[in-house]
Parts: sequence; C-alpha cells; structure tokens
Amino acid sequence: MLMLVTYDVSTEDAAGRRRLRRVARACLDHGQRVQNSVFECEVDPAMWAMLRARLLSEIDVERDSLRFYRLGADGKRRIEHVGAKPALDLDGPLLF
Amino acid sequence: MRRHLNTIYVTSEGGWLRKDGQNVVVEVDGEERGRAPLHMIGGIVCFARAGASPALMAACAETGIAMSFLTPTGRFLARVEGPRSGNVLLRRTQHRIADDPVRSAAIVRGMVTAKLANQRTVLRRALRDHGSGMDESARTAINMAERRIDRIGCHAVMLDDVDKLRGAEGEGAQQYFAVFDFLRRVPATEFAFTTRSRRPPLDRMNALLSFLYAMLGHDCRSAAEGVGLDPQIGFLHADRPGRASLALDLMEELRPVLADRLALSLVNRRQIEAGDFKVDEGGAVSLKEEPRKRVLTAWQERKKDELRHPFLGETMPLGLVPHVQALLLARHLRGDIDGYPGFIWK
Repeated sequence: MLMLVTYDVSTEDAAGRRRLRRVARACLDHGQRVQNSVFECEVDPAMWAMLRARLLSEIDVERDSLRFYRLGADGKRRIEHVGAKPALDLDGPLLF
Repeated sequence: MRRHLNTIYVTSEGGWLRKDGQNVVVEVDGEERGRAPLHMIGGIVCFARAGASPALMAACAETGIAMSFLTPTGRFLARVEGPRSGNVLLRRTQHRIADDPVRSAAIVRGMVTAKLANQRTVLRRALRDHGSGMDESARTAINMAERRIDRIGCHAVMLDDVDKLRGAEGEGAQQYFAVFDFLRRVPATEFAFTTRSRRPPLDRMNALLSFLYAMLGHDCRSAAEGVGLDPQIGFLHADRPGRASLALDLMEELRPVLADRLALSLVNRRQIEAGDFKVDEGGAVSLKEEPRKRVLTAWQERKKDELRHPFLGETMPLGLVPHVQALLLARHLRGDIDGYPGFIWK
C-alpha cells in the first residue's frame, strides 16, 4: 500500500534539528522523498507498523506533528505532479 | 503472494552503487541519479564496468537481492552470493531427486511439455494474428511445424526417460526455430534468422534473443534462490561447474512467452532497427548501448503485464511467473503436489 507521510518538526534548538534529521532518515529508509518534508512510502502493513512506531518514537509530541495519508494499494493513480523535480517511478523501469 | 519487485539496471559507464541507510543509491560519475529503498528491489543487474560498495553487496546478500555483473552484451560475469539460507532438507531432497532418473523424469516432462506447448502457442498466435498477410509457403510451413511440435508434445507426455525428453525438447526447438523467421513481419534482410547461434550470436535476431535470455536467466536464478532451491542442481540440464542448471530448467518453458515473443514484437513494431546493432569483425553481433536501454525498458514493461496463472488460477504480473514456478517445483519436491505443473501460456 502507498502511504504519504508528512511532518513538521520544530527546529528551534539542536534537539529539534536532530529529531528532524532522524525523522527524515526513517522516512527515507522506507520511501521516496517527493518534497522537502513529504515522503511517499510503498510498504506492506507489517512494514508500515514498524515505520509508524519508529516515527512516533522519534518525535516530540509537544512540538512536532506527523500526518499519515493512506493512499491504498493503487495510490499511484491518485497522484498528480506538476512542476520541477518529478518523483522517480519506483515501479517503472529503473535504468541508470 | 509475493510482490513483484523491481530490478535496477545499471548500463552507464562509470556507474557506482552504494548503500545509504536502507536505500540503494545509483551514482554515475559521482552524481546521484536515483535511489530506491531496498525493500522494493528484487534484483540489481550491472552492465559495463559498474562498481558496488561492499556495504551494499552485504545488504543484498543478506536480504536476498540478486546482484549480477554482466558484460555489456549480457554475458554473465559474476554475482554476489550471501550465506546459503533456506531449507537444507529441501535442498537435500532436490539433490536426491536429481540423482533419481525416474523421479526427475517426471519433472523434466512437465518442463518439456510446457515448453513445447508454449512454442506452439507462439506459432499459432502468429498465424491467427498475421496469417492472412503471410505467403502461402510461410503459412504452410508454420502450420506444419505447429502440428509437428504438437505431435512431439503428445509423444513427450508419455516418455519417462530424461534423455528421451531432452531429445524431444531438441526436436521441438529445431522445428520451432526452422520457421521462426516467418514470424518476422519486417522485410529488412538484416533481421533474417536462419538458425539459433550463440556465444557469440551471429545475427541480429540471435543477439536480441541471447540478450533477453540472459535477463530471463537472472530472474529465474533469483526465483530459484528465493524459494530456497539450489540453482545449480538441474533436472533437464546436466550439472556443469559454474552453470546454474536449475535456472536454465526454469527458463525453458518461459523462453517462448517472455523472450521470443518480446524479441519478435520489438522487431515487428520497429522499436529496434538494424542500425541498433554493432557487428564485430569476427561476425559477433551485439546491441549498442542506447538500444539496449530500450530493450531493457520493454523487458521491464513486459514483466508488468498481468495474466492468469493456468495452474493457480490467480492473476499476477508476468514477472512473478518464474518465482511461482520455482515455488511449485519446491512444493513438488517436498511432496505437497504430485507433479510439477509447467507454465502453459494461453
């Protein structure tokens, strides 16, 4: 299933910047960065449970927020991209 | 059911693969070209002299991502192999059955008859779709070959000797490749095909076929490893050092469906032209770099086509079929199903 993960992490102090880095890293391990704090993650339910737990353990619920959008199994169809930096289609042919 | 995982192909000179977190990162000349999470990748194929970091190789070996290094023409060079995992008991059973002529004949029969049936389907499809536009002589020849392959198939169903089955397979291939050229609908003589030649391929059609077979071989090998079978112990193909006989076995029935049809479509739709190949002085023919990418793209697209598996009755992408066939073979070896059901394409 395709999950969209967005976050807002307060970067006022060093601890916040650390949280930001670690949240980004967790998302990057499971998905693709499509905008600065927006990630598309193609994960199965088990992997999603792991990612979700990892994200929840990283943030400070007093200051940061996370939003998860469940796009479902054929979520690709619901996405339209306009403008610069189009995302790589990870299900398409990967030739480099 | 397993997800059909994607394969990364690195064809650029100066390619470098590394691991970053849980991602594969592809760099070309020091510049990042793309990244993908490891869990979405089933295989990595490197052409030309691409390198990979030890950390990535370790991660691939651990997670069962098949990583192969090939020459630009698709000839196999090396692969990264991790510690053997899977089930020892299954592998031992596989070895024992491979030594037992009676039991392995039953498996080989499944493979050979499925291959013959698929070759027949390729011929029949060509007749149905384009028969009216063909010469009378071509149509007759294809009809005859189709009927002969049918007869060989009917005969093979009753054989219980591996050598005789190998003979039937060879006979079928001879009939099939004898009329293969009639399936070509572009008049260009550059694509004329007379007989199968390999190592090296001596004409354009053979070069295209060899390249696609190499890709299919990679997929079949990772399918065999994926279900815990020993890819080197085959039933139809005899053991030879360094040869992945079981991968070759699994390939046989899929060749007509996945590779031959695709090669014909590429040529017939003029997606590949005569100028896309280079011919060595020695006569060896190979694909140029840019057309090779086109072939790989078509190959990846082809694997995404959905079909209904005739034995399981489930809809799946074509790219998953090698894995499913390996799984069915493993189940047969374990004794869960009575025979090996070859993949018969409709």
